[in-house]
Amino acid sequence: MTPLLSVKDVRKTYGGRIGCTDVSFDLYPGEVMGIVGESGSGKSTLLNCMAGHLPPDGGQVLFDTRTRGMVDTLTMSEPERRMLSRTDWAFVHQHARDGLRMGVSAGGNVGERLMAVGARHYGQIREQAVDWLGRVEIDEDRMDDPPSAFSGGMQQRLQIARNLVTGPRLVFMDEPTGGLDVSVQARLLDLLRGLVREMGLSAIIVTHDLAVVRLLADRLMVMKSGHVVETGLTDQVLDDPQHAYTQLLVSSVLQV
Amino acid sequence: MSDYNFAYLDEQTKRMIRRAILKGIAVPGYQVPFASREMPMPYGWGTGGVQVSAACLMPEDTLKVIDQGADDTTNAVSIRKFFEKTAGIAVTEKTRAATVIQTRHRIPEEPLAEGQILVYQVPIPEPLRFLEPRETETRKMHALEEYGLMHVKLYEDIAKHGHIATSYAYPVKVEGRYVMDPSPIPKFDNPKMDMAAIQLFGAGREQRIYAVPPYTKVVSLDFEDHPFDPSKAEHPCDLCGAEHTYLDEVIVDDDGGRMFVCSDTDYCAERQALGHRGRLSPPETLAEEAAQ
Repeated sequence: MTPLLSVKDVRKTYGGRIGCTDVSFDLYPGEVMGIVGESGSGKSTLLNCMAGHLPPDGGQVLFDTRTRGMVDTLTMSEPERRMLSRTDWAFVHQHARDGLRMGVSAGGNVGERLMAVGARHYGQIREQAVDWLGRVEIDEDRMDDPPSAFSGGMQQRLQIARNLVTGPRLVFMDEPTGGLDVSVQARLLDLLRGLVREMGLSAIIVTHDLAVVRLLADRLMVMKSGHVVETGLTDQVLDDPQHAYTQLLVSSVLQV
Repeated sequence: MSDYNFAYLDEQTKRMIRRAILKGIAVPGYQVPFASREMPMPYGWGTGGVQVSAACLMPEDTLKVIDQGADDTTNAVSIRKFFEKTAGIAVTEKTRAATVIQTRHRIPEEPLAEGQILVYQVPIPEPLRFLEPRETETRKMHALEEYGLMHVKLYEDIAKHGHIATSYAYPVKVEGRYVMDPSPIPKFDNPKMDMAAIQLFGAGREQRIYAVPPYTKVVSLDFEDHPFDPSKAEHPCDLCGAEHTYLDEVIVDDDGGRMFVCSDTDYCAERQALGHRGRLSPPETLAEEAAQ
């Protein structure tokens, strides 16, 4: 089985300081991978390097494209990479307003990716937007409202709908539940878990919330100071942490 | 006259502008940056158009300037005077007689011919500006032909108003490549952009020049199920009776009285001279007396 995404020795430094270094892993189709670690451990740097938002200083990010097989996304041409990022890839930002067009209605936000890949039939675009808003539990009668009229949880769900409408194969998520209260978080996680299973998505989820990865991720990567300190199956890492930092992380979670 | 270099700008500046114009014509719809000069008029009054006109004018040219279709509005009068004074060229109000026509917000009703140049004044050359504020990003989008966002604007129109409510500065695709802002002309004029004359666009404040060469395909963007509609007021002209021209609505009294007249004053006057009459034209006898 070929991996969907293969990361090899990715390194990013900010001047003399290390963003992340020596990161290598394979992600297989349908697999959800969690990246956890404290603030400043390099998780977001790594995610942005993989998603093409930041140019890494070294390494390879190979993606199994539909037409050409495994291709290094760092050396592919920019039009091709941008095409990839609005078809096969999706990126869910921590703050919904980074990933949404706040001045454009919810329906327009969902339709944007469809129009970006060439949809030119208003009725069909709208139909698909209604369908996707329904899947993320946003009422049809809210579809012409701007996202600024939505609650934080709704904005986040809208962002997810907007990203998944073109049927991507790989989703990057940067703290998708950050800043949401626990009950909204629970609903969002439920929704995400349903969508990921239903669509057979592969996903990379960056978070500092261990509950999120426990629920969503098959595999886990623990980062500290730009290095990967431990990897393994989620339950294995969380229930039997080996590295001192992982032990600290797991024991830091408050029990209610 | 000898106080000014011909057509106000110095020769080096005109050379620089001409190079930008040539590049614009070579790449239809592409916005060419140029070093826009300070002109003796405020930004927004046609500083870009004036510079392009100045670079195009030759001593034997005849200039026509229109503002919203009219030859006698402030903007048109002052620009026409400006070139009369600084270039000493012939000016006209007749579309057919002009070799260079500078326009703000309209294309003349009379079809333009080969050998004529139509210069547009452009306030904002970037069609994607209000959708994507970053110029670095919009330039990349033009380069990579990523124009999905333009349709998001049209989608929003239909979602809000039930039809494409954009009625001026309606985005067009030039020769199947660049999406271009046709300057704030009414969308009624968009189909006329497939023309025999050279069309040049100058944006002074934004420092951009772009062009549409003769006989270039200009397509207004739309959706398959909401096709482009070059709408106009559903009235005939009240002075010349024309039913196929773009009309201005004029309020004539305090009781809701209104009239519709051709916005192209030259075209309307010519039709009236040929004997065409509208709803509010003076009775024939009066007109004849006035003529005598």
